[in-house]
Amino acid sequence: MPAGVLPQVVPSHLDALWFQVTGLRCNLACHHCFVSCHPKNNTFGFLSLADVESRLEEAAALGVKEFYFTGGEPFLHPQIVPILIAALAYGPVTVLTNGTVLKADWLQQLRDAEEQGIYSLEFRVSIDGFSPETNDPIRGEGTFVRAMRGVQLLVEHHFLPIITAVRTWSDADEPHIVAEFMQALKEIGYARPRIKLLPTLQIGAEESRSCGYADHDRITPEMWAGFDATQLVCEHSRVVSDRGVHVCPILIESPDSLLGQTLAQSLAPFEVSHGACFTCYQFGSICANPSSASGKDR
Amino acid sequence: MTTRIACFGGIYNNYLALEAAIADAQRRGVDQMFCLGDLGAFGPHPDRVFPLLHQHDIQVVRGNYDDSIGRGLNDCQCGYADPRDNYFAQISYDYTLQNTASDNRAYLRTLPAEIRLEIEGRRLLLCHGSPRRTNEFLWKSTTSTSFLNWLADQHQADLILATHTGIHWGRELSNRRAFVNVGVLGRPANDGRKEVWYTIISIDLHSGISWQFVPLEYDFRRLSSEMTAQQLPPEFIETIQTGWWTTCLEILPAKERRKGRY
Repeated sequence: MPAGVLPQVVPSHLDALWFQVTGLRCNLACHHCFVSCHPKNNTFGFLSLADVESRLEEAAALGVKEFYFTGGEPFLHPQIVPILIAALAYGPVTVLTNGTVLKADWLQQLRDAEEQGIYSLEFRVSIDGFSPETNDPIRGEGTFVRAMRGVQLLVEHHFLPIITAVRTWSDADEPHIVAEFMQALKEIGYARPRIKLLPTLQIGAEESRSCGYADHDRITPEMWAGFDATQLVCEHSRVVSDRGVHVCPILIESPDSLLGQTLAQSLAPFEVSHGACFTCYQFGSICANPSSASGKDR
Repeated sequence: MTTRIACFGGIYNNYLALEAAIADAQRRGVDQMFCLGDLGAFGPHPDRVFPLLHQHDIQVVRGNYDDSIGRGLNDCQCGYADPRDNYFAQISYDYTLQNTASDNRAYLRTLPAEIRLEIEGRRLLLCHGSPRRTNEFLWKSTTSTSFLNWLADQHQADLILATHTGIHWGRELSNRRAFVNVGVLGRPANDGRKEVWYTIISIDLHSGISWQFVPLEYDFRRLSSEMTAQQLPPEFIETIQTGWWTTCLEILPAKERRKGRY
């Protein structure tokens, strides 16, 4: 690549399709949210069941391997249960939730649908400190107890939620923090907890907390040489909102993230020029499930 | 006319299961035997696998383990994301690298990334993880049928055979094509059974492609005592003796994880 030219990612195939199903509407307003979600955020609209169904058809024609649903909080969508059931007919589904608004009868319907089909339905529940004292200052008063109740409800319905936490502690503290959390999960009946730790992304609400990325926090042509781009989510994923198809869930608020109206159009090269791209470069496919880990063999 | 081939997945140093599988497949009168790679890992005495493959003319696809051991890399390129999974994977890898003779490592460097065959007009593609990536995990519950159809189109195959995950499964695809994960001989399939699994593929001019998963009994007690003698982790031995996975758990999708004990 000539000097001065910014690195570009050329997608090899659309493996994962994400749905920004409730836009950026969330019942919580976490301080570290990378997309400024909060209860009154109307920048994006909700996707309808019909929108999702037509994208699923489009995805099937392209050979998409799996589907992810995010927001905002997906379970604020009045049609979320039929939407997830529709997606399970096409492939494996993961839904990212804060766990605070789940209802038993929704989970029973989803459990039945998963049981009858061939694909996994994964729940990823965000909890960001493994006690009210550490979680609630970030996610809001009372959210730890409510999210843990959501985890308990999932476990009662025989789901095995993946608890995701953004690393807001030091490396040295990590082993005892994780051990304490495993213990807390076991105490509420989750016998084999699954935990996924994520790096912080200094955009959205987090930008005002941590001052955002500095100008030098960018992928440079020198860093790009010899890098395995398959580790980046944008190499094999896209996200659908009510505006069209974007490059990745993290950059959805950036105007240049909108790549087209159809999935096929959106599979264009993308210049990885954002500060958040620098975090993905450092940490790899942070948005994927462990069972879909990417990165080619050497 | 029907052609039948036996496909062995990851062997993971389990030469006792390989010996039993070869005898079993011969007894069933298969036409040919193949191995889809990952000769090393998990079990004891890596060098005991190689003579069996050579004696019986078994063609082998290169797995991620074979690539790593052959080239002396630092890790197995298994593709785990969890620290505990990686911790145990590294114990197996260091043991296998230390105990694989240099002529066997040279042989591993000769293995092809895929084998293509044409049988009764059907195009077979034998690979390790997926046709596009040696260490791609293709689990039953996280691999959409449209993705498999796309792979079969892209790679011009009527039957794709893979391993890598450790759990066998198969699916019919469009235009009478199919994908089969043949399972592994190296350790049980997280199903509470002590047997390990291999697959017999049948290709018939008229009825097309079919497959049979074969549970295989072998001397797991002897394997366990050899693993103990080699000071391999008790967690691995528990898996051999119970049929439940105790490691590599975080890589399992929800459905596959739920079927296991841990």
